[in-house]
Amino acid sequence: MTLEQITFIILALIGLTSALMLIIQKNPVYSVLLLILHFFALAGFYLLLNAQFIAVLQILVYAGAIMVLFVFVIMLLNLSNEEALKDPFNLRKIIASIFGVVLILQFGVFFFIKAKDDLNVTISPNSIEAGSIKKISEVLFSTYLIPFEVTSFILLVGIIAAIVLAKRKFE
Amino acid sequence: MLTEFGKVLIFIFLAIIFVALAFIVNRLIRPARPTREKVLTYECGENPIGSPWIKFNVRFYVVALIFLLFDVEITLLIPWALVYKEYGVYGFIVGFLFLFILMLGMLYEWRKGDLDWVKPEVKPKDLKTVMEEFEKEYGKI
Amino acid sequence: MEQQTFLNILPILIVSTTTIATIFVEAFYKRSDNLIYWLSIVSLILTLIYSILTINVQNLNFSNTLHSGGITNLFYFVLSLTSLLVIISARDYLLRAKYHHGEFYILIFSSLLGMMLMASSRDLILTFLGLELMSLSFYVLAGYNRKVLFNNEASLKYFLLGAFASGFLLYGIALIYGSAQTTNILLIVNEFNNLLLKPLFVLGLVLLLIGFSFKVASVPFHMWVPDVYEGSPTVVSALMSTAGKTAAFAALIISFYGSTTSQVNFEIVAKIISYLAIASMLIGSITAIAQTNLKRMLAYSSIAHAGYMLIGIASANKLGMSGVIFYLIVYSFMNVASFILISLMENDFEKRISLNDFIGLANTHPWYAAIMALMMFALSGLPPFGGFFGKYYVFLAAIKADLTYLAVIGVISSVISAYFYLRVVVYMYFRTNEERKDIFHTSADNFVLVLCTLFVLQLGITPNLVLDLITRFLP
Repeated sequence: MTLEQITFIILALIGLTSALMLIIQKNPVYSVLLLILHFFALAGFYLLLNAQFIAVLQILVYAGAIMVLFVFVIMLLNLSNEEALKDPFNLRKIIASIFGVVLILQFGVFFFIKAKDDLNVTISPNSIEAGSIKKISEVLFSTYLIPFEVTSFILLVGIIAAIVLAKRKFE
Repeated sequence: MLTEFGKVLIFIFLAIIFVALAFIVNRLIRPARPTREKVLTYECGENPIGSPWIKFNVRFYVVALIFLLFDVEITLLIPWALVYKEYGVYGFIVGFLFLFILMLGMLYEWRKGDLDWVKPEVKPKDLKTVMEEFEKEYGKI
Repeated sequence: MEQQTFLNILPILIVSTTTIATIFVEAFYKRSDNLIYWLSIVSLILTLIYSILTINVQNLNFSNTLHSGGITNLFYFVLSLTSLLVIISARDYLLRAKYHHGEFYILIFSSLLGMMLMASSRDLILTFLGLELMSLSFYVLAGYNRKVLFNNEASLKYFLLGAFASGFLLYGIALIYGSAQTTNILLIVNEFNNLLLKPLFVLGLVLLLIGFSFKVASVPFHMWVPDVYEGSPTVVSALMSTAGKTAAFAALIISFYGSTTSQVNFEIVAKIISYLAIASMLIGSITAIAQTNLKRMLAYSSIAHAGYMLIGIASANKLGMSGVIFYLIVYSFMNVASFILISLMENDFEKRISLNDFIGLANTHPWYAAIMALMMFALSGLPPFGGFFGKYYVFLAAIKADLTYLAVIGVISSVISAYFYLRVVVYMYFRTNEERKDIFHTSADNFVLVLCTLFVLQLGITPNLVLDLITRFLP
């Protein structure tokens, strides 16, 4: 086994365990902390795939800013009474879980049998360079110039939306 | 072959293992005699009052949301900062437009007063009510 | 940026500059509502005029990501005309709801910008960003009147399901990029037949289709439509159901336009689309029968109409594509007029307008009743109104493409849908009620209604003019 494979297995274990613990956990604050761990494992995957910029972005935006939002929402909702949140397990959920299992099986069949050749790609040596911030910025300011500027509009609408929806004294 | 990131990764793993090992060893060899005072939540030596679940004000949430948006903006500006010298005036205009549109959101928020921290209005009590309250508590003066 | 590029993307620049200008005005003037209202009307009229004047200059800008001229300008025209009609009539509605603020116009303009980008984009990333810009603005617009509980519900439902659909779309784009090594639609179309051999590409295509069918409101991704159209402020529903649908169909037509050339092997995708079309037509028109709430009824009719339009895309020929665009134009006018008529009757915003509110409208307000009746006839596809020709062209395209069963099911579901459209007419003309309903009309609303009526009539009398125009600009 190469070092990459060992790293992958360790990261996969961390990622899967934290994701599983996250939904089993009763205390929502613990769930949030486990989600941060999960995001770090994901960032590790991106690094393995030579996507350094995405890895940094993952940690900055997800583990940083989005988690802050999560914590605030949890504190805002005041979830101290867990019993009140319990959902009974009814027929609808059973049907939904059957569909979910079928979907997962289908995906498994699809990815491991049908699309096996598509996924069997070797990482080319110059992909390290391709994932670098410099390469990304070169593409960002030539081909994807308009998408780059549109992003700022999306963020602007986000700010205005926050103000419109969270406003106390509209009049 | 190790890339630079691989070295960092090994470093991270070593750090994690070191800390985890320290904790495990600590747990194995320390005496465990919990008392009520020891397991109490530490609140600067005071006895804890009430539940830690307090409802946050919505205002915090709006600030957090805006922090998130500007955080995303920063990540998009990292590539720009790296190459804008090479692009010259063109790069400057592109980055300026991006920042201008976002600053507009900031300006809008500012003008609309969403950054003002409205404090709950505490009216100073007049002397009479203060006296009444005092008498209620400690009897007639 | 060269001068030519600047001129090419001028409609987008006008709209984005207006968004920025409205934010400035809103931030710095206390009584800004009226100023913003007139500013937005002027800029929309400028966009309309400019996009018609430069319709003959076709270009690809910014390394083939943004198309301008031709069919794109036609979409610009339709989208900004719909927004203009909605903005003109929205003012009095919002004043009545005591919720007339500059933010409404800012959000309408940002959604228009998103829709225009969707219609002009030739790159999947730009399509996605345009769609997100549009959807984000719509989520907020749906919950615009925060004091009304229905609005909050609509906004939240729309946001949750919409975010889910965006996820599907993005995953599809990622898989397509993974197998095609590019996100440029023109390049993907060239390689389409080879790419279809890759299972990952097919999966990506299906996920893309799921994302789009959510946005065009076709079964089985239609769950949000009735609740959102019912809950949102009526003027917003008018915009969502027309311009939003037009933009989503524009993106769909652009993505699948390559299918009209004979060398592209489109059969698998066409099959999926035709199933979606059948389900949407039947479920939409059958469920609409049970609705007494007018906005819900129009929502289900909107699902059925999405089905008819999908027939045009499934038939994968030039007539089908231009038929869909023709249909979208007619549908925009019909639906804007119907929603505005409903909005005129609303005063208590917690109450919903039901069929009973239309009883005896012919006696009290004969002109409004006549316009409503005309719109209902047009929606049900009776000749000689524009709605008939929309359906006629897509059915004809289906027959030409050997998909006769689609046309047959389409005709059957049109017959079913005639029941609930004509029921509104029956309530208005053949039932009487002593109680006199108020209609809160102003000259602005009348202007919009008359304009819509004229367009629907004109499209019904001389459909060939518009269809020829569309066919000429389809490459």
